[in-house]
Order: sequence, then structure tokens, then C-alpha cells
Amino acid sequence: MQNMAAPVRLHGHSAAKSLLSGFLQFSKDFHNSLRVCGQTRSLYTTMKLYDREQYWNDRCMPEETKFDKILIANRGEIACRVIKTCQRLGIKTVAVHSSADSLAVHTRMADEAICIGPAPTSESYLRMDKILEAVKESGAQAVHPGYGFLSENTQFAAELKVLGVSFVGPNSEAIHAMGDKIESKRIAEKAGVNMIPGFDGAITDADHCVKLANDIGYPVMIKASAGGGGKGMRVARSDEDARLAFRLCTQEAKSSFGDDRMLIEKYIENPRHIEIQVLCDKKGNSLWLNERECSIQRRMQKVIEEAPSVFLDPATRRAMGEQACQLAKAVGYDSAGTVEFLVDKDKNFYFLEMNTRLQVEHPITEMITGVDIVHQMLRVAKGHSLLHKQADIPIEGWAMECRVYAEDPFKNFGMPSIGRLSRYMEPLHLPNTRCDSGITEGSDISIYYDPMICKLVTYGRDRTSCMETMIKALDSYIIKGVTHNIPLLRDILTESRFVSGDVSTNYLPEVFPEGFKGKQLTVKDKQELSAMACAIFLKDTNRSRAFLNQSRIMPVEDARKKWTLNVLINKARFHAEVNTIDGGYKVVVADDVFEVKGDLTFSTPLITATVNGEERLLQVHQKLGGGQYDLRFHGTLFTVSVMNDLAYQLSQYMPEKKEVDTSTMVLAPMPGVLKSVNVSAGDAVAEHQEVCVLEAMKMQNSLVSAKVGKVKKVNYKTGDTVNEGDVIVELE
Amino acid sequence: MATLIGCTRTLFRCRGVFQRTLALQAFRRQDSTMASVELTLDVKRRIEETRQKALLGGGQRRIDVQHKKGKLTARERILLLVDEGSFIEYDMFLEHSCSDFGMEKQKFPGDSVVTGRGLINGRTVFVFSQDFTVFGGSLSGAHAKKVCKIMDQALMVGAPVIGLNDSGGARIQEGVESLAGYADIFQRNVEASGVIPQISMIMGPCAGGAVYSPALTDFTFMVKNTSYLFITGPDVVKSVTNEDVTQEELGGAKTHTSVSGVAHKAFENDIDALMNLREFFNFLPLSNKDPAPLRSCEDPWDRDVPGLDTVIPLESTAAYDMHDVITGIIDDQEFFEIMPAYARNIITGFARMNGRTVGVVGNQPKVAAGCLDINASVKAARFVRFCDAFNIPLITFVDVPGFLPGTSQEYGGIIRHGAKLLYAFAEATVPKITVITRKAYGGAYDVMSSKHLKGDMNYAWPTAEVAVMGAKGAVSIIFRGSANPASEEAEYIEKFANPFPAADRGYVDDIIEPRTTRMRIIRDLETLASKTRENPWKKHANIPL
Repeated sequence: MQNMAAPVRLHGHSAAKSLLSGFLQFSKDFHNSLRVCGQTRSLYTTMKLYDREQYWNDRCMPEETKFDKILIANRGEIACRVIKTCQRLGIKTVAVHSSADSLAVHTRMADEAICIGPAPTSESYLRMDKILEAVKESGAQAVHPGYGFLSENTQFAAELKVLGVSFVGPNSEAIHAMGDKIESKRIAEKAGVNMIPGFDGAITDADHCVKLANDIGYPVMIKASAGGGGKGMRVARSDEDARLAFRLCTQEAKSSFGDDRMLIEKYIENPRHIEIQVLCDKKGNSLWLNERECSIQRRMQKVIEEAPSVFLDPATRRAMGEQACQLAKAVGYDSAGTVEFLVDKDKNFYFLEMNTRLQVEHPITEMITGVDIVHQMLRVAKGHSLLHKQADIPIEGWAMECRVYAEDPFKNFGMPSIGRLSRYMEPLHLPNTRCDSGITEGSDISIYYDPMICKLVTYGRDRTSCMETMIKALDSYIIKGVTHNIPLLRDILTESRFVSGDVSTNYLPEVFPEGFKGKQLTVKDKQELSAMACAIFLKDTNRSRAFLNQSRIMPVEDARKKWTLNVLINKARFHAEVNTIDGGYKVVVADDVFEVKGDLTFSTPLITATVNGEERLLQVHQKLGGGQYDLRFHGTLFTVSVMNDLAYQLSQYMPEKKEVDTSTMVLAPMPGVLKSVNVSAGDAVAEHQEVCVLEAMKMQNSLVSAKVGKVKKVNYKTGDTVNEGDVIVELE
Repeated sequence: MATLIGCTRTLFRCRGVFQRTLALQAFRRQDSTMASVELTLDVKRRIEETRQKALLGGGQRRIDVQHKKGKLTARERILLLVDEGSFIEYDMFLEHSCSDFGMEKQKFPGDSVVTGRGLINGRTVFVFSQDFTVFGGSLSGAHAKKVCKIMDQALMVGAPVIGLNDSGGARIQEGVESLAGYADIFQRNVEASGVIPQISMIMGPCAGGAVYSPALTDFTFMVKNTSYLFITGPDVVKSVTNEDVTQEELGGAKTHTSVSGVAHKAFENDIDALMNLREFFNFLPLSNKDPAPLRSCEDPWDRDVPGLDTVIPLESTAAYDMHDVITGIIDDQEFFEIMPAYARNIITGFARMNGRTVGVVGNQPKVAAGCLDINASVKAARFVRFCDAFNIPLITFVDVPGFLPGTSQEYGGIIRHGAKLLYAFAEATVPKITVITRKAYGGAYDVMSSKHLKGDMNYAWPTAEVAVMGAKGAVSIIFRGSANPASEEAEYIEKFANPFPAADRGYVDDIIEPRTTRMRIIRDLETLASKTRENPWKKHANIPL
């Protein structure tokens, strides 16, 4: 796609623009609800947490100066997040966007939108020159970089300074100081921040290694100075271990990196990842806004965060907060930032790094402190002082954030998936629920950008009620068109270790040693699901007979009141006796009685039913026909088949379905010329990832891989002519 | 099976008691009629025996073999297809009349087919189900007679016929009698065509002349892995052309649903097939005199579909999935696609709009850019004609860059095949609503249910481009040898790559916001429900076959 984008863009530009303006005109409703009209600029009122405003503790002086217009050098949810605060404050916003994002939510939400290049980030959101040009063109007084992209780019911050435009973030010296891993540790140590004990230098030999290990105290981690990706890294718990590890790591490092210098440090067993949000101004004031527990991670990426942490006591919290502020002061920090710590089982905490930007998971801190962090960043950037004292920063209630990603949690806890959101409904009808997202129904999750769909945040007076709301929110969240990780999130929320707060960065591999396999239903759960499936099936059956205009329909005897049905869930069969009762069905499954009541409908995917008086949320993901349904229950998708006794009895004769694998090849659907081949042998591809573009009929056909895999062979190259059915790419 | 036998037994027992009482009374009146009483009782017994025999078809052993193949028996299939207790069987006692080759000693009551009528969700359907356990389901004169009888009655009352095919072919022992039987069925298939819906479900072999009955019906469905359709089997193919081909490759469900286009859809197994057939049946009117079914609908008719505003990619050459448009607009996202695996550059299928059955045709930009080629034209033409014959309104989504050029298409006769779709749309008198989502280029624009073919409501989305061809091609002709093609191309795009040229001539009735498409179509359908339009009288039209 990207190859062809340039020429098309050249002469297609005016058309694209007129098209765009057409769209904008046509989505007036959308705009009226989002755009700020006339003088009343406080269109975005914030959500309510129980009975008070979300930002109940946000502060500013009544007549203080503020930016008139800012540019947001980012996309997606974080751009929307910043725009929301700007709209609340009456600050005009400028969005920058790639051509692929011309109709994206952030583009439509902003007062102005400027296209800065084609879809790939290297040609758009990372193009400093284009963004600086947009700043000049729009006359924005400040730039909020969001996170990622240019947020920690010192040159960008410096260039803005030259233009006289404020960078809504820390000064470039601070960014620079904290951006360098070694430099930041040096500064932190000097500032009196707890460091992971270790030896500052290379180990000379095995004896030296053992001596150092004894000084530090076992267990220790011996790792290659040039290391990465787990290579040349070993944990030692005794002197023998240490010698062996030193020898092996040295060898590995030599062969892998050609550099056998070894480092040694304390190994923190099952650490928690806990970070402190800090907020500083240009006047030397600094605050710590409590901690965020971010231990639930996969492959170093956070999955679920919560604030506060169940683990910290007030003393530890204060110690961490104060050290975080010391570090911030030491580097002259003057914005919102995050200091990350590892915390061991004895509540010893050690500095990891400092992130000099607005963090993805900042909403949970906002929820428990009542502060609008983006607003404070803007105020500080404008030169105002923080109006809070440390004592004004409370911990009120509990907040959790689930990162809803377009990825398949069944594969390695999450492999990216892409697609178009054919159905998308956020659970915002639930109180105390916040969705920070930058997409809407019809949006594309493309390979170009982060596959995050939404940051689903819930709030509660305590952890339990916060989790209850989260479970409800996950069950009510409707996402169709892409594979997403809600099954995993939903399962974690009810997993006993998580519920008790016993988490560490090794949580996922420990709890799911075999990988995530979907929600494991108990027999009772399955019976309940069967009962609801019966109700859905009968609703479907009755609807099939509800003709309104068929005059020759046979007079049917009194509507049936009783059925015997069989429900198959993953080959497990449940026999059900069903009777109609007032407002629903009474289903007897294996002597257990389930009274299913509620509004059963196929027009919305979410069904709110009660089973024996308790509320149950169920999603009819897809009606497969012939009494088969894909039902989302407790987050996971189950294919459920409902049949009468006769069909069940006869189903024993049906042959087992054979799975034919045709997904390993990408075939040319028609004769044409390959415009581009985007993969080569050995590449890893995601499901539905574009592997090549075939031009035929003067149209670009994007050919995608049918599954996740590794490219085995590419049979054609760009410019080749292919015939229909030719195998262009083979996967392993 | 057991259930059915049980029922019949109970029925007979009751009747038997009643009859016996009568007989007893007669006996008391007149001793001399003793012999005749015996006879009556004997007849009763024989009736019951024969019925029992008929219910077992070719016997338990053959039923077991059938089950082992993963197939159900003729009767089991009927029981699954029709509403519980609704099946009324015809000609259970009819037997073949062949006396050659010792056939007179091998008779099965009902012969090799089960026929009758039943209800699907309360509506009448006539069914025949070939019984592979009796002479391999082969078609005898008696078999044909039974099938013809229900077809005649179906036509007379105006109710659909469903055939469940599972037959080894002609009854060779009967010779021409069997061939005559086939032809009798063919004749009825043709007479019933366009009057009542006819559906064939191939659930086993169907070879030789037998294939032409399904071919004449409106829809042919198949069961994966257990059904085959071919004129001549692999053995004959090998002996004639020396080609090695398996049964599955030659005439399996995959071949016919994706390569030949003979079958319209395939299902996983017998149960899946019959359950889906019940759902499919619900879309159809009983006959050409009945309206398309309307059923209660919970999906709000005026629902906005916000996702449609962004479904068309900004790059006008980029592909998107027309299924997203279709499933967004229809009731409950329930789309019964016809020929989903064949000529995928056009989509055809049934759906409901506010409860009313509609036929949907849409170009598929995701496959071959959504161009019209021979297969796509033929696929859609047949679908359009079915809808027109059975009062099913047509909704057409247009994004077509033109007809596919090339020698293979020209040699294959794209001119006459393409004409079929044009013909079908022009001939159709049912309500016709068309939405141009993006490209409508050249002759293909005319073909796709355009205003000029008496489209009732024709809409354009803001992204619509109605033109003779794309800008590049047009400029190279209009400004041949131009020094500055880029600026002329831009001018052309400015002029034609938008919906205005069509709208300011009235060729589209309105330019609409995509998200409102569902609401508009439903409102139009309500108005058009009373549409009356007739083509001039003719014996029959002459579609370019």
C-alpha cells in the first residue's frame, strides 16, 4: 500500500480533500456532538465517579492564562484524551494525522486537522519536520506529544523551543538525562534512590564473580554487558551456580555478541512492577501522585494496571514517592513523569527507570486522586505553579485499567491481529466506567499502528467493587471484526491469585504455564450456559414461525410449552428439560433448575438475562445457523449447539469434521501484476497482515495471510505477473 | 426411526382394536361370514406388516451401512427437515413393476423413495427423499411416479418442493422405463419453474441423467464429503479421456460450490444441511402468487449504521469488504449467502429488511476488484431472476470498475454472458433499490440495476463515482498525446470522480449519508410494497442463454 500511496496522493490529493470535506459535511451529527460550537466550549463534561466529578480535585486559578491553541503530535486514544481536556478548558486543538487516519476519531474530534504524510509512522507521526510545519501553519502555541512517537525526543523539544512554542512535557535536558539507561541510574543513585545492588563494572573472572555474589547476597543475576533477549543471562543461587553461570554466560555472550564482558547484580525474585506518578512545575515544586501496580505483564508489556497497589503500606508508599520526587528534582524535572520501581517480596524497592512523558496508564491515577494530569501538564507548560500540596493528594477509592488489545490471547498471551471493527460498543452505560479509546465502529485496526483498542478503566469505592464493575464492563464490551484479548482479561479478573492481590511480573506464565486456553468453565457454569443457550434457541425457533403475511399458514395448535433439548458445548452434552414460565424459561439440566428470564433478542449482541434471579451477561457473537451459536460467556467465545432429541440421537452418525489447512498459502485471486511484495522468507506475519499488493483492473488488491506464521517462501517479486491461483507466498 | 415406528404402531393398535370390535359384532350377527372375518383380519395384519417393512426401507443391515457412511436414512432426513409430527406420507405401498432379471422377487413397499408433505415452521412443503438402502436409491418407474405425484400436487396448491437426493442413478433393470421416469420429473421441474420454489439437497451420489433434475431446480445444495454430482463418474472419465480424477475432485461439494458453480452452497453434514435448509426455506414465499415472507423484526428499522461512514477506504483504489456494508444494513446481521465460494467478485444472498425477505446483490471490491466477469454475471443473473419470479425485492450495492477485459473473457463469451445480468435486471419488476457505494464505471454501471433499467430508488454515497472509465484511461483518450496528462487527469477527477454528474441528471435519486442507508431502504420498501409493473405480454422472454 505504502508504495503506491505517493503517486496517488499527488494527483489524487484534491479529490481526496473534496471527498474528505464531503464526509465531514455528512457526518455533521457526529461533529455536533464532538465539536465545540461558538462560545460554549465546555462540551466535554467529565464523567461522574459515584456522585462527584471525575476531576473533583483538579485545580487552577480562576483567571490564569492558558494556551489558546495546541497541537497534539500523536494519534489514537492519547490524542483524543488530550483533546478532551482541551475542550473542557476551552483550548482549541489541532490534530495531525496520516492519510490513513484522515477519518480517524482524533482527526474528527480536533478543531483543525493537518495531514502530515502517508500511513507508515516513519513518514508521518515520526516526521519532525512535517509536524513542525503543521505547528507553524496552525499557529499552535504548544505541542502535546502524548506518549511514544516524539514524546521523548529531545531534538523535537529543542526545535519547538527555537520556534517559541511550548513543549507540553519536561525540558529536553531532563528527557536526555533520563533517556540514557546508564546516565539515569547514575543520577538516581546520586539522588539517593534505592538501586538494585550490583557491581558497577565488568567481572574479571569466576573467583571475582563469586566474591561479588557474596558481597551482594544470593540470588544474583549474571548477565552479559551487551546482552538482550534473555541471552547470556543466568540466575545463581550458590557459589557453584555462580561459577557455572559465569562460564556459560561468558561463552554465550562471546558467540552471540562478540563481547564477553559480564555484569552482576542482585536478582529480584518474583518482583512487582510498581511505579510512582510525579508531577513537577517549573518553580521547583514536585508532587507524587501515589503508585500504580503494573505487575500483570506479558513480554514486558503491561496488561492490567491498578491504583493503588494492594501491596504497599503507607510508609513504603511515602518512601517511594519521596525518592521519586528527589530524582525528579535532581534532574530539574518540570512536567508529569513516572518513576518505575521493582519491589521485592519484603517491600524493598529498587529504581528501574524514569519515563519522561504522560504514561499510558495515567487514568487510574487520575481516578483515585481526582487530578486531571493533562490539565496540570498544560498549566505547568504555560509556567503556572502547581496548586496542590502533597497533603492534597489523596487515595480515594480504587481504579483498574484493562488494556483491550486487538490481539489473540491464545497465542503467546497476545499476537497482534488486525481488521475492521464491524461492531463496536463500549460499556459506557455502566456507572464508574471510563473508556479511553481512539476508535469507533467501522475503524480499522491496521498494521501501521499500535493494536490497542481501548483502555478500559473502572472505579470503585474499594477494590472489590472496582473489580465487579470491570467484570461487568468486560462482559458488556462488544467488539467484532478483530480478535481481541478480552477472554484473557476477563479470566484474570476472577483468577484467585489476582483477586487476592498476589501478583508479580511472572504472574501470567505462572498462572497459565501452558499458555492461555480460554475460560475453563465449571460444570455449573456449563449448565448455566446450556440453560441460556436453550432460551436463545427457543427464542430463535419461535421467531422463525412469526410470519406476519403468510395467509396459508397452517393453524398451529397451542404454542408449545415444553421441550427436551440437548446442548453441546465443546463436545460435552447437556440434556435439558425446558418449560415456559412467566417472562422466560425454566430449564432443568441434570436435576439443577435454572430459571432464565430477560430480554432475549438478536438485534443487539448483548443479552442481559437473569438466571435464578442473578444477572448474567451473554453475547450472541454470531448465529451460525442450524441451531449453532457463538456465545461469549465469561469473556471467552464458546460454540454452542442446541438440538432436539431426534437430531441429537442422529448426530452420532455424523462424521467428525476434518480440518483442512489451506491457510498456509497466499494465492493470486486473479491475474495481475504484483505491485509490491511486503514480506520475505523468514519474516513473521500476523493474521490478516498484508503480504503483497496485486494490481489488476487498475485496482490494488491487498492479499493477506490467513494466519499467524513465518514466511517459508516467496515465489514472486514486485513487478511479476501472476495468474489466478498462483501461490505467491507460502507460510510454514 | 424408532420414534416413527413407535407412533405408527400405536396408531395401528388403536385402529386395530376398533376394527376388531366391528368385526366381532359382524361375527355375532352371522356365523357364516367367519372366513371373511379371517380375511379382514389378515388384511389388517398385512397392512401393518407392509408398513413396518416400508419404514425399514432396504432393511436394517443397509441402514447400518448408510449410517456408517455418515449419512442418514431417507426417513430420518425427512423427520429432521419438517416440523415434528407434520409429515404426511404418500404412496407407502407403491412398488416397482419390473419383472425382468428376477426383480419381481425383490420388492420393497414404497420402493426407493419416500414422498409426502409436511410443514416447515408451519408452512407447507412437499418433499421427496431418495432411499439409498433400496436398490441404491435407483430411479424406477415407480420411484418417478411417486415423485411426479407430489410435484403435481405441489404445483396445484402452490407449495415448494424439496428433493433430498441420494441415488445411484437409473434402475438399469427397468431400462427405458427408468429413463422415462427421469424425463417425467424433468418436465415437471420445468413446468414448476418460476411457479413454486424448487430446492435440491444432494446428500449422496447423483450421477448421469439424474443430475438434470437438481440442475433445473432453483437451488442445489450439497453435503460436504458425502455427496457427488457428475454426468459420468471417475471410471468412465478414465476410460474415455485417460484422466485420473477422484470422485471428490470430479463432483464433490467443493468442486461444485467453488469451481463449476453447479451447487449454491455446501453444508458440513446431513444434520447441519437440513437444519440450515429449514432456515433457508423461511426466506422464500410458497409460490409466485404469495408475497415474500414478512416476519416480526426487533432490529430497529431506523437504526443508524455509523460504521458505514468509514467503510469506503480513502484511497479510491483500495479494497474493502462489501459484506461489511451488507451485514451492517440488514436485520440482525443475518445473511444467507448464495454461492459464497463461487465468483466471489459478486455477492448474492437473502436477508431481511424490517422483517421482509430481500435479495441482495453486491459487487465485491475485495475480490478481483469487484469486476464483472462471465461467472459473476451468470451467478448474479440467475439469482436476480429467482427473486423476480418470487416477488422478492432486490437491493443492489454497486462498486464495479467494469467488465473484466482479456482474451479468456472475450473467447468465453463475456458479451452474451454479461448480457444475462443486464437482461435479468431489466426484466425484473419487483422493487429495485440500488446504492452506488463507490465506482460505477462503464457498461457495468448500466448493468448493475441502474436507474435506466427502471430502478425504483437509486442512491449514491458521497464516495460514488459514475463515469465511463477511470481518470487515467479517460484522459489518455480525450487528450491523446497531451503534454500535461496530470492536470487533465485532475480535471477529469474533479468533474467525474464524484456523485454529482449522475445526481444532477437524475440518474441517482439522492446522495445519501452512508449511515442512513438502512433506514432509507426500509422506508422505500414500505412504499414499493404496492408496486405494480408488468412487462408486455409474451409467450416467454428470450434471455441470451
